Amino acid sequence: MTGPREQFRPEEHENEHFLLTTVVGSYPKPKWHDRAREMFEDDEANFGAEEWEEAKDDASRLITHEHERCGIDVVCDGEMRRNEMVEYFAHRIDGYEFNGRVKVWGHNYFDKPSVADEVEYGEQWLVEEFEFTDEVAERPVKVPITGPYTLANWSFNEVYDSEEQLAYELAELVNEEIEALVEAGARYIQIDEPALATTPDDHAIVGECLERIVDEIPDDVRLGLHVCYGDYSRIYPEILDYPVHEYDLELANGNYEQLDVFKDHEFTKDFAMGVLDAHTAEVESVEAIKENIKKGLEVVPPERLTVSPDCGVKLLPREIARGKMENMVTAAREVEQELDAGEIDVVASSGAEVSADD
Amino acid sequence: MPEIVTATPGLFPLPDWAKDELSDLKGHQKTDLISGDEDEEITGAYERARQEVVSLQTDAGLDRISEGQLRWDDMLAHPLAVHDSVETRGIVRYYDNNNFYREPVVTGDLTADGDVTAELDAASDLVDAGLQAVLPGPYSLADLATDEHYGDDAAFLSAITDFLIGEVEQFPDVETLFLLEPSLVESPPEDGEDERASEAIDAVASAIDAEVITHTYWGTIEEKTYAHLMDADIDAIGFDLVADHDKNVYNVQEYGTKDAVALGVVDGQNTRIESPETIRDRIDWFEAQTNTAYDTVYATTNTETFYLPVNKFADKIESLANAAALETPEADQ
Repeated sequence: MTGPREQFRPEEHENEHFLLTTVVGSYPKPKWHDRAREMFEDDEANFGAEEWEEAKDDASRLITHEHERCGIDVVCDGEMRRNEMVEYFAHRIDGYEFNGRVKVWGHNYFDKPSVADEVEYGEQWLVEEFEFTDEVAERPVKVPITGPYTLANWSFNEVYDSEEQLAYELAELVNEEIEALVEAGARYIQIDEPALATTPDDHAIVGECLERIVDEIPDDVRLGLHVCYGDYSRIYPEILDYPVHEYDLELANGNYEQLDVFKDHEFTKDFAMGVLDAHTAEVESVEAIKENIKKGLEVVPPERLTVSPDCGVKLLPREIARGKMENMVTAAREVEQELDAGEIDVVASSGAEVSADD
Repeated sequence: MPEIVTATPGLFPLPDWAKDELSDLKGHQKTDLISGDEDEEITGAYERARQEVVSLQTDAGLDRISEGQLRWDDMLAHPLAVHDSVETRGIVRYYDNNNFYREPVVTGDLTADGDVTAELDAASDLVDAGLQAVLPGPYSLADLATDEHYGDDAAFLSAITDFLIGEVEQFPDVETLFLLEPSLVESPPEDGEDERASEAIDAVASAIDAEVITHTYWGTIEEKTYAHLMDADIDAIGFDLVADHDKNVYNVQEYGTKDAVALGVVDGQNTRIESPETIRDRIDWFEAQTNTAYDTVYATTNTETFYLPVNKFADKIESLANAAALETPEADQ
């Protein structure tokens, strides 16, 4: 089962094989965009809401096109309108409040919000972002959205009896937002649940959240789940039961040490594999990325392999991020050509049959 | 009624101005974390932050005053992370939290280095009465570290214990010492290890002339470990009533406890503020359930408090202090 994937193959795609290339979400913000935010937040600067909106539109347009110039098949705007993956949503959900920064490690802090009242859908979250990006993009647009489990787990829960209950309430709101996104034309949605990696025993709660999220979402909408920086053996193969088409997993950072986890049990869904390290400021060579992509073909056949970075790349210098994207696309296209020419042995089965162990 | 003594397990959040100032001075990468030989400017920022958290506790009326362990970038692994015989490597998860510390790898002899003593010396100038020291317990400190020098678990625990003894022997006068032992809950000791953990705690406690509280949190320690811990010559065991009150009560019902007890009755990891009345109710509930008249109840947050934003941290300290000041209920109840 490949899910509703063929719709994302560009018309001008030259190779018979198609390894869908995409991004996880965040991208380095241009320096002028950070400067614009500072001016907007400075009461004494003559820079109001209108100018700030214009800056966000400009940044969104710029980075969407930067992704397209790199040749990426399914793009986003690099989350130019978002500050942080929990804070952004918590600001838009009624019931959340902010009290100040808390430590993550060293002098790295995060404005961890508190659920101080029952959560309710407030203003729109991502529909305007999607509509703008979709308008300026030539290529299809993916929408990354922080999942309810992570929204619950990375907040203080002052109201609900359990974190699980809060996660289910938030799942209803995520469902509402995704319905609105689909109504606006979104066809590729990625639910980000990095908290699952830190509390793997809760995979059943995440599964229940996803059931609520996909309720009444049409079949032709491609749904992915992104998880990163954890021990996958504690959540796999259980996560294959989730109602999503694709799993987007960080693996380059750990040098594919965990790849065998996914070979021990047949990978029955689409595999979006991280082929770039999001936390090294060096551009991987095309050759090195091709080797990484081929590791993905040990897990799934080409028609179920998606090629993406490990994670959002917002912490990288922008020119490094761009270099990585360009090389990633070049590597994917070259692997496609080698597949077309029959030069690569595909180890993984198509999913219809289980291949022999040897 | 027991005497209620309000205290904390330390490890406070940095004041917001200090977060900004110190991140500018030190940086954001793992190589920028505290080294133990920081320059004057950084030392000065920490001194001002220490004064602020000492005043906050004093003004609130807390009975035991902690210097706050504001320099402990690596949380409970700090005393090793700054040690000359320890290499710090990658960033690793701090228990089950969304927090990280540098993995300390012990590569040479662990001699006492006086890092924590220097903090207490500085704090003793600011505190008139009730100064409290905080240290990781030997079992937890060994659990958070990696040994590449001593060879086996027992020898490593013994070396960590000697290191902590060397440290507390240099301490200025303190009223109490909180030895934090979350690893007794989070990575339960195996057979034999549990007894060694208790002996190690006993050895550290015996090296200091202060009330020693071994505080456990994030749940309950296993029965056998608890029974061994009761053999250690300490003044109180601390229980996390927020994470699991029933099982902690069970341990006390089955195996008794010391004449004093420490009760984690305020949640160090949630912004919801407990009222002084709620705090008192929790203390009363524990006394009733264990059917014991304690000499002293140390009322405390269950965990460290660096998880909290500073405004909620201050509110919790105030609530805790006010709980002890509530009128004692009528004696005929």
